[in-house]
Amino acid sequence: MSLWVDKHRPNLLNKLDYHKDQATHLKKLVHGGDFPHLLVYGPSGAGKKTRIMCLLRELYGSGVEKLRIEQHHFTTPSNKKLEISTISSNYHIEVNPSDVGNNDRVVIQELIKNVAQVNQLETSCQKDFKVVVLTEVDRLTKDAQHALRRTMEKYMATCRIILCCNSTSKVIPAIQSRCLGVRVAAPAVEEICKILQNVCKKEGLTLPTELAERIAKKSNRNLRRALLTCEACKVQQYPFSGDQDITEPDWELYLRETAALIVQQQTPKRLLEVRGRLYELLTHCIPPDIIMKGLVQELISNCDGELKIEVVQSAAYYEHRLQMGQKAIYHLEAFVAKFMAIYKRFLEDGIADLF
Amino acid sequence: MNYGDRQNNKKKYLTMQAFLKGGSTFSKNKEKTAPTTSKDAKDLKETKKHIPWVEKYRPRCVDDVAHQEEVVSVLKKSLEGEDLPNLLFYGPPGTGKTSTILAASRELFGADLVKQRVLELNASDERGIDVVRKKVKNFSQLTASGTRPNGKPCPPFKIVILDESDSMTRPAQAALRRTMEKQTKTTRFCLICNYVSRIIEPIASRCAKFRFMPLSVKTLGDRLKMICEKENIQCSEEAMTALIDTSGGDMRKAITYLQSASRLKVDEEITKTDIFEIAGVILDEVIDQLIKACHSDSYEKLGTCVKDIICDGHSAMQLITQLHDKIVQMEELDDKQKSIICEKLAIVDKCLMDGADEFLQIMALTGVMMQQICHEQK
Repeated sequence: MSLWVDKHRPNLLNKLDYHKDQATHLKKLVHGGDFPHLLVYGPSGAGKKTRIMCLLRELYGSGVEKLRIEQHHFTTPSNKKLEISTISSNYHIEVNPSDVGNNDRVVIQELIKNVAQVNQLETSCQKDFKVVVLTEVDRLTKDAQHALRRTMEKYMATCRIILCCNSTSKVIPAIQSRCLGVRVAAPAVEEICKILQNVCKKEGLTLPTELAERIAKKSNRNLRRALLTCEACKVQQYPFSGDQDITEPDWELYLRETAALIVQQQTPKRLLEVRGRLYELLTHCIPPDIIMKGLVQELISNCDGELKIEVVQSAAYYEHRLQMGQKAIYHLEAFVAKFMAIYKRFLEDGIADLF
Repeated sequence: MNYGDRQNNKKKYLTMQAFLKGGSTFSKNKEKTAPTTSKDAKDLKETKKHIPWVEKYRPRCVDDVAHQEEVVSVLKKSLEGEDLPNLLFYGPPGTGKTSTILAASRELFGADLVKQRVLELNASDERGIDVVRKKVKNFSQLTASGTRPNGKPCPPFKIVILDESDSMTRPAQAALRRTMEKQTKTTRFCLICNYVSRIIEPIASRCAKFRFMPLSVKTLGDRLKMICEKENIQCSEEAMTALIDTSGGDMRKAITYLQSASRLKVDEEITKTDIFEIAGVILDEVIDQLIKACHSDSYEKLGTCVKDIICDGHSAMQLITQLHDKIVQMEELDDKQKSIICEKLAIVDKCLMDGADEFLQIMALTGVMMQQICHEQK
């Protein structure tokens, strides 16, 4: 039994639930049998991958759905062995080059060269190009992106590249200007509601409108998350009731408690406690930037208007350092300490004003 | 009958040959080979489809280069004398630097010899010190003859084009120094870069420097219209202005956008919104909304507004670029306030480049804006 997210994923461009105009445009684009390099961007859970797969299916037919996992081996110029797994069909290959960290340039150059150097023998019944799907392009190093730029032009005849990323901020302009950008906006709350209802109908379940709305709002316009939550709710309690609890991930609750602890008391001792909790989160592989964002959100709702701006400023400052630095814990802790200082000063000023 | 067949074969042969020789001769011979059999014509059409218009409409001779009169006149003078100095071209992207040198070398050597006489190295090719020492040096050491295979005279030197040379490492540039001087008899160098300040002084002083200007609105418009006519595209006036505005004087960008738009909208008129969507430009209404949220002095409103923008998939980089244009024109702020905001903008830009979180950075920026707008006036 597969998850609802996979089970009910549309596989044709005209079956997509939202952004229908875009779907017709994409259809026209591949209708001619050819398309330029694409850069698909949008927040997570907006349906980027779904659209890419639909596009490929439109192009090559159902053959693209026969997937296999392959291991590729590369050696860097400095004789380091790399191993990366790819998902491929007869027509396309999908790879996440940032898996190998700093050596992603080698993967890009070698892999695309391998794919592009094989010409299709029979061009009359097949397309004369293959497609390489690169995911998480925004995590590529600058080096790899520069390498990609020339590769894209050089192998235009035998291969098309589809890049998939969350934000174009981290993609160098040279690549952006070589691709056709496709923006996939996250679905609106109403659209998520509608999809949830549809999925439940297909599963033979009834979903109260209230619950659907609550799930949709909780999901932050992330469709994948909404569907997963919905399925979790079903496991927990069926038939659904409008006011049933929506389970949240443990770590979110834990993070919320941590934030509450910080607001309660601002002492070195508490800081030490918080540090332990942050470590706990980090060891459970919650990405530090998500911890930071979650903390900010919780802390901000607890303080006054003027303070909010100051807190966000310092959050932005420490988050930047977190990205630049090596050890996440220092920066998270620094932010917590900074917040405590700001908050305490504010409280003391407030007390001083009273007298 | 027999004769006709042979004629056909010959034409096919010509097409093949033209195709093998690559883009340059291809388009010249296109008219000649046009009346071939229908199958050939179809083949031609299919291969043509893969050529990006940027390549297709690259200037073929120096005269075709748009808007860079100064450079063109100097180059033409030196072409008459069949000689070139070492060249250093610099200027923003998409202004025709590479096109100019390619066109010039084609005029010097003719289409046949270009392959042998020109070495083009690009940032994405390996270009460390090793390559300069081996590949460039070896290539430049070869002597070039002063005659063509058919006996006509041709300039007795080769050209090394180092594209995007500002991304070459300093040691690699330093290694080039002596090579450049030693091989003046047989080789001319042409360095192309965006920022002349990244080229080390000894190299810069060995070259004749040319600055390439961003293209004017009129030049861009003329070229784009020409392409529209040739490709049979309907493009509204509004869309054309949008295209020119978003390109910011970058011809390559403008042409790529136009081609993408035409691919998306087959046989339909291209509109302003299409161009904006392709270029990833955020609509003015969204920006206005954000600025309105800044006026509200409520953190929550601002927060939801920013979150919506990011959820819609807009890029933070694009957002701050457009926000900057708006801020500079805002009348309610005085110069000091504007400079405070712009300073923050610069910091945020740097942080985003380093890969910081978009939401937090944009919140920090708009927070400063909100403070400046709502609190400094008292």
